[in-house]
Amino acid sequence: MDEVDGVHDLGGMQDFGPVLVERSEPVFHASWEARVFGIGGIVTLQGLANTNKVRHAIERMDPSHYLGSPYFEHCLTAFATLLAEQGVLTREELEARAGVPFPLSRPSQAPPWPRAAAGDGHSRFAVGDRVRVSGAHPRGHTRCPRYVRGKQGIVDRCDGAFTLPDADVHGDDPPVEPTYAVRFDAAELWGEEAESGATVSVDLWESYLEPA
Amino acid sequence: MVEDGHHHPAPPSPVEARAAALEALLTEKGLVSPEFIDAIVSAYANDIGPMNGARVVARAWVDGEYRDRLLGDGTAAIAELGFGGPEGEHIVVVENTADVHNVIVCTLCSCYPWPVLGLPPNWYKSPPYRSRMVREPRKVLSEMGLELPESVSIRVWDSSAEVRYLVLPGRPHGTDGMIEEDLAKLVTRDAMIGVARP
Repeated sequence: MDEVDGVHDLGGMQDFGPVLVERSEPVFHASWEARVFGIGGIVTLQGLANTNKVRHAIERMDPSHYLGSPYFEHCLTAFATLLAEQGVLTREELEARAGVPFPLSRPSQAPPWPRAAAGDGHSRFAVGDRVRVSGAHPRGHTRCPRYVRGKQGIVDRCDGAFTLPDADVHGDDPPVEPTYAVRFDAAELWGEEAESGATVSVDLWESYLEPA
Repeated sequence: MVEDGHHHPAPPSPVEARAAALEALLTEKGLVSPEFIDAIVSAYANDIGPMNGARVVARAWVDGEYRDRLLGDGTAAIAELGFGGPEGEHIVVVENTADVHNVIVCTLCSCYPWPVLGLPPNWYKSPPYRSRMVREPRKVLSEMGLELPESVSIRVWDSSAEVRYLVLPGRPHGTDGMIEEDLAKLVTRDAMIGVARP
């Protein structure tokens, strides 16, 4: 199994049980969580990681490790993976120092960008337009959640143009594309089981969308 | 456990050992300094948290022109109070009304408006919240203690791109005489995520 339609893409999945709220929760539950958070800030500032690449590295974790570990362990695994892949350190060095196994994320299975032609940077859609989300299930990193693929919605807000995450992770010269808040009726997403009187707005890059 | 009168610190857990190993190696290679990590940690442990968002909400409750600016350009209006930074470059504020309730989620990871809310709680990052809030929001809100009448529609915002959302809750009844500073104490983190009301 690789990162295609990964375990991180949780929207709409069933049977995870109740939301467990911890009263008076601290910002960090242990010192190691705080240290990992700080390391993340520094390696990002030094250009050894960016948000998209960290997310992708988390998405490449073994699914059982992902679901069985807390957020800051995801970050720790992702930072170590990205640093090992760039040759800054090795897994052997990490394990020798830690004295315990240091599981890293799996290598990316995605083909290099481009997978498809990018737009010209001008917004194709306006507020009120009906759009359909692409039904594609791309191999590799994307910010198009599985639960909206192939679904129809209305453009609610036009946001700025931002680097396409799919291309940022898998290519050398990622395009900048407009993004949109697209509103979906709950019934479009969940059919007869949908709650009444609910909508879900999802923020999507332009190449995830087509006119409906 | 101390049985012989001497203190034996517990051995580090595997994840503690891994985190310490990564920091030690990066420090030796000159890539990170413990003091810089301390500074980042201190900022998010002490200075950047929901008390910032509470000030924004309280200002919007007492100042109609500020409220309008906040709903028009959240990032700029929040910057007026001195807040901004990572994960707060593009903030959209969504307002609860008598008929509409807003709630925020990130189904793909854990996107969250750091400058106004700080770092997210564990439940926000957990699979139950991320999987269920887009599918059965009314049920999840009810389980979390927020019962909404059927007449109130729910808008869920999945922050899947660059925008980070902040909910502007309705001002509680019976607070007409209160000053801004006291109003801010009524504004909770959960109300600004949308899983509670102040």
